[in-house]
Amino acid sequence: MKSIKQLALGTAVAVGVAFSGLATTAAQAEDSNYVPLLTYRTGPFAASGIHIANGMHDYLKMLNERDGGIGGVKLELEECETGYNAQKGVECYEATKGKGALVYNPYSTGITLQLIPKASVDKIPVLSMGYGLSAAAVGSVFPWVFNVPDTYWDGASVVIKYIGEQEGGLDNLKGKKIGYIFLDAGYGREPIPLLEQLAEKYGFELLQYPVGVKEMQNQSSQWLNVRRDRPDYMVMWGWGAMNPTAIKEAVKIRFPMDKFIGVWWSAGDDDAAAGGDGAKGYKAMNFSGVGSDFPALDDIKKHVVDAGLSSTDAETIGGTLYNRGVLNSVIIAEGIRTAQELTGKKVITGEDMRMGLEALDLDEARLKELGLSGFAHPMKVTCEDHAGSHPVFIQEWDGSQWRQVSGWIEPMTDVVRPLLEAAAADYAEKNAPWPARTEPCPN
Amino acid sequence: MFYREAGQFKTSYKADQALMPILQDRVGLLVILAIAFVVIPVFANDFFLTSIMIPFLVFSLAAIGLNVLTGFCGQLSLGTGAFMGVGAYTAYKLTTIFPDANVIVMVLLSGVFSAAIGAIFGLPSLRIKGLYLAVTTLAAQFFLEWCFIRIGWLYNYNASGAIEIPHREAFGLVVSGAEATPIVRYFIVLCITAGIAFLMANVLRGRIGRSWMMIRDMDIAAELMGIRPLQTKLLAFAVSSYICGVAGAMMVFFWLNAAEPSSYSIALSFQILFMVILGGLGSLGGAFMGAAFIWILPVFLKFIPGTIGIDLAAETVEHVTFMIVGALIIFFLIVEPHGFARLWQIAKQKLRVWPFPY
Repeated sequence: MKSIKQLALGTAVAVGVAFSGLATTAAQAEDSNYVPLLTYRTGPFAASGIHIANGMHDYLKMLNERDGGIGGVKLELEECETGYNAQKGVECYEATKGKGALVYNPYSTGITLQLIPKASVDKIPVLSMGYGLSAAAVGSVFPWVFNVPDTYWDGASVVIKYIGEQEGGLDNLKGKKIGYIFLDAGYGREPIPLLEQLAEKYGFELLQYPVGVKEMQNQSSQWLNVRRDRPDYMVMWGWGAMNPTAIKEAVKIRFPMDKFIGVWWSAGDDDAAAGGDGAKGYKAMNFSGVGSDFPALDDIKKHVVDAGLSSTDAETIGGTLYNRGVLNSVIIAEGIRTAQELTGKKVITGEDMRMGLEALDLDEARLKELGLSGFAHPMKVTCEDHAGSHPVFIQEWDGSQWRQVSGWIEPMTDVVRPLLEAAAADYAEKNAPWPARTEPCPN
Repeated sequence: MFYREAGQFKTSYKADQALMPILQDRVGLLVILAIAFVVIPVFANDFFLTSIMIPFLVFSLAAIGLNVLTGFCGQLSLGTGAFMGVGAYTAYKLTTIFPDANVIVMVLLSGVFSAAIGAIFGLPSLRIKGLYLAVTTLAAQFFLEWCFIRIGWLYNYNASGAIEIPHREAFGLVVSGAEATPIVRYFIVLCITAGIAFLMANVLRGRIGRSWMMIRDMDIAAELMGIRPLQTKLLAFAVSSYICGVAGAMMVFFWLNAAEPSSYSIALSFQILFMVILGGLGSLGGAFMGAAFIWILPVFLKFIPGTIGIDLAAETVEHVTFMIVGALIIFFLIVEPHGFARLWQIAKQKLRVWPFPY
């Protein structure tokens, strides 16, 4: 019984300590900008999440070390582990929003969906860079949500356009079979309406191969179907453990790798490397730089990694997902800088941050100044367009690293935009009364 | 000494049949209710309400639901998550079909659908028991989850495939959607959970509850004594699913605001089952204690390193929390396989004889 008494005492002390911890979290620093990072280095999607988390963390940390923050004000970074779990994501959001959070990057479609309605109430923008709800690109309906540079529908249209190019024109797609293997969740299902529309327009057949979250590492049955159906091309919308498994299975059934194209979230180095030599030729879309040959990445290496302030290995710098995380942080940092310029304040709030993101103009010159020339396509966000429908390029795995093999391909904005508008109107109607936009346009 | 029952005489049938015949229990309950209804709303911040208390109450209710079936009627079930999902999806459909109806009524009504589906999946329980039954309820889990993903009508054909809770008002207050304040949501969840717990406490000690326990303890003997297994078992499935359905609907309406099918996956079923086992099978109080252990403890543990000044990476804290909670589960089940409810009973017994133990 003694041990139970001690345990009870220990628990009481621990609970007391935790309570006092809860009480102090409300206090916020007056001279720094607080950026919570919802990351996941655990759970089923950790394989992808770790690189993203490292990239996001390291770039912002580098700004702190090299420039003393942004506009002379340090950034206060805090990681909160979500495990890609929507419940934990909401918990992280609630735990950090009171500390003056500027922006949230949920890195999960599920968590993004939960945060979208909260964003306009708590006045904190949600930055879902290239994921989340596609309809959020319509800024007039979703003033608090940003999905620069592209929505999934942009991506889906680029894939079809690229396949059309390979076949010598979109008209040659008639009668072709395109397989679509996707994570059977909101994320993977989102492009389907657009793909179906394009299938009808260009006369190709769309074959769907859903992969449940539980079956991510056991896709043999889907690939058996692929072998039977013999599609001309395969398009993948996967994440986490699903990607390397799919590539391995594709190698196993000898699917021609140059006809297998992943979305930008299926473009990780570990994903492709899992297929070994057989994965040579696997392609994926991307919108963030390939390789580590950028001055800003050198600075990260010098100021953060070599200084032991990061959990990154030096050799993972330059990986697709790491660079994606960096680009995410570039958007955050530029949003803060723009907000500081617009408001004249050093320490900004979530509302200022929203204005900054809406006035974001990351042009060629600015990218060069940041030491990231060619790292991303210039981005400009406007009040109406929170995605910007920016071009995407195709990269190819050469057995050891990714190489860019196409120019920047413009999405089919003419098809995507009406779909976005309709989806946004639909969302607002289903969630009626959806609050109308009350925020003025910064530019 | 502290728990002295001596001198508390029952002089009427009414007193003898009271829910809590002992004065100390009544006082204890009143204190807990006072804390829940007065102290917490006055002193707690938003984080405490939204991330600790609301989920805790929702999980407690779900654990009560499973406890009715597994703890009191002896039917092992792994379909809890799916039955919670049925509640959530029906409440969502109901509120989109009848936007002007009171959403709290819709939440309570959604349990009826969940009860019907639970009873259907309870049918095999007439033929099979124990682990075999667990497998058929597992089928319910997978089948219903499949429905949530594939049947577009259930989520109103949202492009995202998730259900999103719209803004709804009741009694002049915003009760669901993002604008609902934590305090309002907390009170709704608290009232529903406390109400159902009170109701169940009475049902369980009455004719129905006793017939469930007879089925649990020895079904053949129960049948010989005139308990009809068909009705009794199906009723247990229906009541259990009703409670789980309401808990599931509350989970998305008053806590999360949006839910993907994966929110109601097998992982949730296991989580609730752990709460029931750890809290104590066949105990209402245990359901609350189990939910507190599984949900609140990890949240607290996460805050400890930061508070005492140890700077650990977020994922390390997560791993350490996992290990500590896992070790504690093993420890408690070794010390007391019958869960916290039994530990509490032992503590009560000790207090009863305190300063003269024997």
